[in-house]
Amino acid sequence: MAGLDELNVKEGVEEETVEAVKSLAGTYKYGWETEIEMEYAPKGVNPDIVRLISEKNDEPEWMTEWRLEAFARWEKLDEPSWALLNYPEIDFQDQYYYARPKSMEEKPKSLDEVDPKLLATYEKLGIPLKEQMILAGVEGAEDMPAEGRKVAVDAVFDSVSVGTTFQAELKKAGVIFCSISEAIKEHPELVKKYLGSVVPVSDNYYATLNSAVFSDGSFVYIPPNTRCPMELSTYFRINAENTGQFERTLIIADKGSYVSYLEGCTAPQRDTAQLHAAVVEIIIEEDAEVKYSTVQNWFPGDEEGKGGIYNFVTKRADCRGDRSKVMWTQVETGSAVTWKYPSCILRGAESQGEFYSIAITNNYQQADTGTKMVHLGRDTKSRIVSKGISAGKAQNTYRGLVSMHPKAKNSRNYTQCDSLLIGDKCGAHTVPYIEVKNNSSRVEHEATTSKVDEEQMFYCRQRGMDEEEAVALIVNGFAKEVLQALPMEFAMEAQQLVAISLEGSVG
Amino acid sequence: MLKINNLHVKLEEEDKQILKGVDLEVPAGKVHAIMGPNGSGKSTLSYVLSGRDGYEVTAGDATLDGEELLDMEPEERAAAGLFLAFQYPVEIPGVGNMTFLRTAVNAQRKARGEEEMSAADFLKFIRAKAKDLKIDADMLKRPVNVGFSGGEKKRNEILQMAMLEPKMCILDETDSGLDVDAMKLVSEGVNALRDEGRAFLVITHYQRLLDHIKPDVVHIMAAGRIVKSGGPELALEVENNGYADILAEIDA
Ligand SMILES: Nc1ncnc2c1ncn2[C@@H]1O[C@H](COP(=O)(O)OP(=O)(O)OP(=O)(O)O)[C@@H](O)[C@H]1O
Ligand SMILES: [Mg+2]
Repeated sequence: MAGLDELNVKEGVEEETVEAVKSLAGTYKYGWETEIEMEYAPKGVNPDIVRLISEKNDEPEWMTEWRLEAFARWEKLDEPSWALLNYPEIDFQDQYYYARPKSMEEKPKSLDEVDPKLLATYEKLGIPLKEQMILAGVEGAEDMPAEGRKVAVDAVFDSVSVGTTFQAELKKAGVIFCSISEAIKEHPELVKKYLGSVVPVSDNYYATLNSAVFSDGSFVYIPPNTRCPMELSTYFRINAENTGQFERTLIIADKGSYVSYLEGCTAPQRDTAQLHAAVVEIIIEEDAEVKYSTVQNWFPGDEEGKGGIYNFVTKRADCRGDRSKVMWTQVETGSAVTWKYPSCILRGAESQGEFYSIAITNNYQQADTGTKMVHLGRDTKSRIVSKGISAGKAQNTYRGLVSMHPKAKNSRNYTQCDSLLIGDKCGAHTVPYIEVKNNSSRVEHEATTSKVDEEQMFYCRQRGMDEEEAVALIVNGFAKEVLQALPMEFAMEAQQLVAISLEGSVG
Repeated sequence: MLKINNLHVKLEEEDKQILKGVDLEVPAGKVHAIMGPNGSGKSTLSYVLSGRDGYEVTAGDATLDGEELLDMEPEERAAAGLFLAFQYPVEIPGVGNMTFLRTAVNAQRKARGEEEMSAADFLKFIRAKAKDLKIDADMLKRPVNVGFSGGEKKRNEILQMAMLEPKMCILDETDSGLDVDAMKLVSEGVNALRDEGRAFLVITHYQRLLDHIKPDVVHIMAAGRIVKSGGPELALEVENNGYADILAEIDA
């Protein structure tokens, strides 16, 4: 009966989902703000602001130049309009591009120099900043076994990174995990070599803007033949009002290495929309593997569709080496507007890309999300599993590109795209683009759209669950395949989020 | 325990009267059986009692231990102790059978203001019950009813009943689709639950089941009403002669 005992752990998780729904009673959990003194750059964006951001980060000249070139390019671009999204025009000059807690003026040397209010914020978010113990002066806390699995955290608050945990232990393994601003100073050779090599400055409107004004983000380097000794994670928090967050993440997995990286995001509840335009670049060398998991829970706006985060993100992994592998897993429950297509460039022979996604939209939320699998090398494989859930008056679009280039002989793609509708005022759309330019490759696409079944609802309720518990259970079942692809800690969080984000969707 | 008084029910969407004055009383500790031709309204009665959408009660009422049933939400009726073993159990993809049951057990406990069952206790409890019904560990992990054989689905309904320990159990054709051995298992499961505080309403077409689960009273339902009630011998009469005689007798 060993199997049953194992199972029990998982069952407990879903149990908590229901717990969470009950206790949270319908509101966005992370909607509070931290009262903290902030330092802002003037509103708007221009070359002076770009220079100022670079200066605040103490950057070398080459970096400033890089940003300025990006800015010059951005000024000539128009915002794209092809996505199935409908939102008021964004005034890019009515945003703050740089905000940081005053207490961060002098970069802290370690977490104990960080403003306790910031740390309290992260604690409230449930981030396992184990170093809080170290902070409290607990002798030898660093060497103590962490409860459960160890996760190193880089925490980004508005525009700046406030601290990274477990640095010493990672260093022993040769892993570099720090803020990108630190990497620009400490590891310029790596940054110069890889920054913009996957998502070029010219890639798209939002990526170009990000290249000019990104303020911070995370940097990861895993040396050859190294398995990163713990999970790495970044938590992004937008706190300041009218502030755009433009973080930049760069992950390099050298030959034969492995890393699992988690990204979580939240923001306070405000009635004005806020902008988030991140860029994530991942480079994967021969025989290396990267797992990148996101639980995106930015404020989605209220029931009437006021406020919320506009989330325009460019994420791309370049499987450069032979037999390299990347797995994107995302749970998108937040944001008023989501525009996001984590992509895989399968360049190396026999490289593999996987994309698992749950996108939930409720009330007036809109999501246009999916992936691109670009097969360049021979014998490359990709797999896409997308689960879209719409409720209220929300719109959910899956947009996916699978492209088999002439040299991508004997390559395979499998795409499965399922949509679930709750109620009859929401919409789901599937837009697959398929290009096959050689005759030995195969692309398979399956799509379904279904409604939450009345019979299932009644069955659950006859057994004692209320409507919301029943919907949460059914939706978690629908999204099971993707939830299973997440690391354990995130799976729990994600299941709770599923329940919370569907609050008020029935009855 | 269960009192149904002059219950009239029509379909919400159509002008079709299905129940035309059902009167029925099942006291605590008793087992009543309902038999009747196809389409006479047996399943409809069980659905209306448990609160499924799509029906309109045009007259009459139903109470469980004095509480007005028809005003409650389905989950409130469940928490009050009403259980329906479905004629056609529903599949829920991706939701483990165990998760489903644990969520249900704890939802009912919470609704009654009781402590939740701990993971360890739940596991012990479900293992014991599953063993009695010869349901293996694999079936507990699999998604609710997905890919279960007809007989497995029915056994799973009885497992749920055993876990939820309801006061008033309605079994809608739980015997159909069961092989001889499974019929015995299910009957034993039901008999094990028989006690003074619990009542059963067993809907069936076959005398066979009633050999295992001895009913106190047998009712015959036809055209939306209980047309005849009697002892276990009434089931035998149906088995031997069909409904023709009984219906003719009533028409006369
Ligand atoms: N939603 C519905 N739409 C149309 N007709 C319905 C609906 N529900 C029930 N009926 C009709 O009501 C009548 C009673 O159906 P019900 O399922 O209660 O019968 P039953 O006694 O359980 O029959 P069986 O022994 O075949 O299970 C039937 O004529 C059926 O077609
Ligand atoms: Mg029936």
